[in-house]
Amino acid sequence: MKKLLPATLLLVALTAQADSYSLPKHAAFEEECSSCHMAYPPQMLHADSWRAMMGDLSHHFGSDASIDDQRRVAITNFLLAHAGGRKTGDTRDAQGKPLLRITQTARFEKKHRELPTATWQRASIKSPANCAACHTRAAAGEYSERWVQIPK
Amino acid sequence: MRYLLIIAATLFAATASAETPRDFLTRFEKEAGAAASAQRGARFFTSKQGGEWSCSSCHTDKPTQAGRHAKTEKAITPLAPAANAERFTDAAKVDKWFRRNCNDTLNRVCSAQEKADVMAWLLSLR
Ligand code: HEC
Ligand code: HEC
Ligand code: HEC
Repeated sequence: MKKLLPATLLLVALTAQADSYSLPKHAAFEEECSSCHMAYPPQMLHADSWRAMMGDLSHHFGSDASIDDQRRVAITNFLLAHAGGRKTGDTRDAQGKPLLRITQTARFEKKHRELPTATWQRASIKSPANCAACHTRAAAGEYSERWVQIPK
Repeated sequence: MRYLLIIAATLFAATASAETPRDFLTRFEKEAGAAASAQRGARFFTSKQGGEWSCSSCHTDKPTQAGRHAKTEKAITPLAPAANAERFTDAAKVDKWFRRNCNDTLNRVCSAQEKADVMAWLLSLR
């Protein structure tokens, strides 16, 4: 019985989660990883992707996002601790190399298959990485259908 | 006595880390060994120097107003101290962003003279 209770709680938590990715609190992650864009949920990539990204912040998608070593290590540990699980799916490319973009993962492609190419190119959206353009509560980790509004 | 020392040390640390925008102008001018020019700063800030971006691409050419990240669209609060009291109050933050943003716009770090000029211009904005 004692063992059943946590298992039930876990199941409830997992189902209730649907498509909210709770953003665990971490001061350095919030400050450093939400200054140029909203914070992407750590759960959306596996550990190897985060490790690769955090290993070269000076060349971060064409931007210099370098930080001091102490913070880099702290944020890396945080990302690894909360990295993706089963739901995250495959986050490697055809050669088996870890992908750095959530927007290139199989799960992302599957969830957005119905959106026409022209939509992504609208001036109000500009990039698929601009989650908050359509997911109005993305900054809080909320991606469920209820909070989707595609701008004109 | 021991306590007094600790209190004194804490007070000192607190005052030493809180900086004002003027302190940065002084520091960069000293490093450059020359006076700053707000006019030069304005030109530097608003013109592209071979790259895809100028400072204005994200901070606008009137940095008393809010900007927008040229690639991600994220809103950026005003850079000019007159419009945003949080700006230029933390040396680690100021140094970090000068390093990153200069690399992104110029493909190199900014010289002390360039930073002094930018500071002089930002401080002149009302
Ligand atoms: C200096 C600005 C800057 C900082 C700081 C920064 N990023 Fe980024 N990041 C970018 C840019 C620019 C992109 C590319 C956006 C695009 O393609 O629209 C990006 C993209 C990403 C993507 C990929 C989005 C996609 O396409 O799926 C992830 C993940 C990411 N960043 C994570 C982080 C993490 C983690 C940190 C903190 C260590 C961080 N970023 C800090 C500028 C930054
Ligand atoms: C052009 C608008 C747009 C952008 C930009 C966008 N999405 Fe979506 N997203 C949608 C739409 C539309 C759906 C489908 C909603 C539905 O019907 O379930 C969706 C679905 C999702 C779902 C599944 C939700 C569910 O309930 O199953 C996730 C997770 C998601 N998006 C994450 C992201 C992330 C992460 C980003 C940024 C890296 C992003 N999206 C960028 C429009 C967008
Ligand atoms: C690609 C977009 C982009 C460009 C180009 C850019 N910046 Fe920034 N800058 C940012 C972002 C994002 C921040 C941090 C977010 C914030 O603090 O609001 C920032 C912060 C700063 C800060 C930190 C000030 C403080 O104390 O808070 C300084 C200084 C700065 N930028 C100077 C410059 C200068 C000088 C240039 C041109 C050489 C420049 N920036 C070009 C995006 C940009």
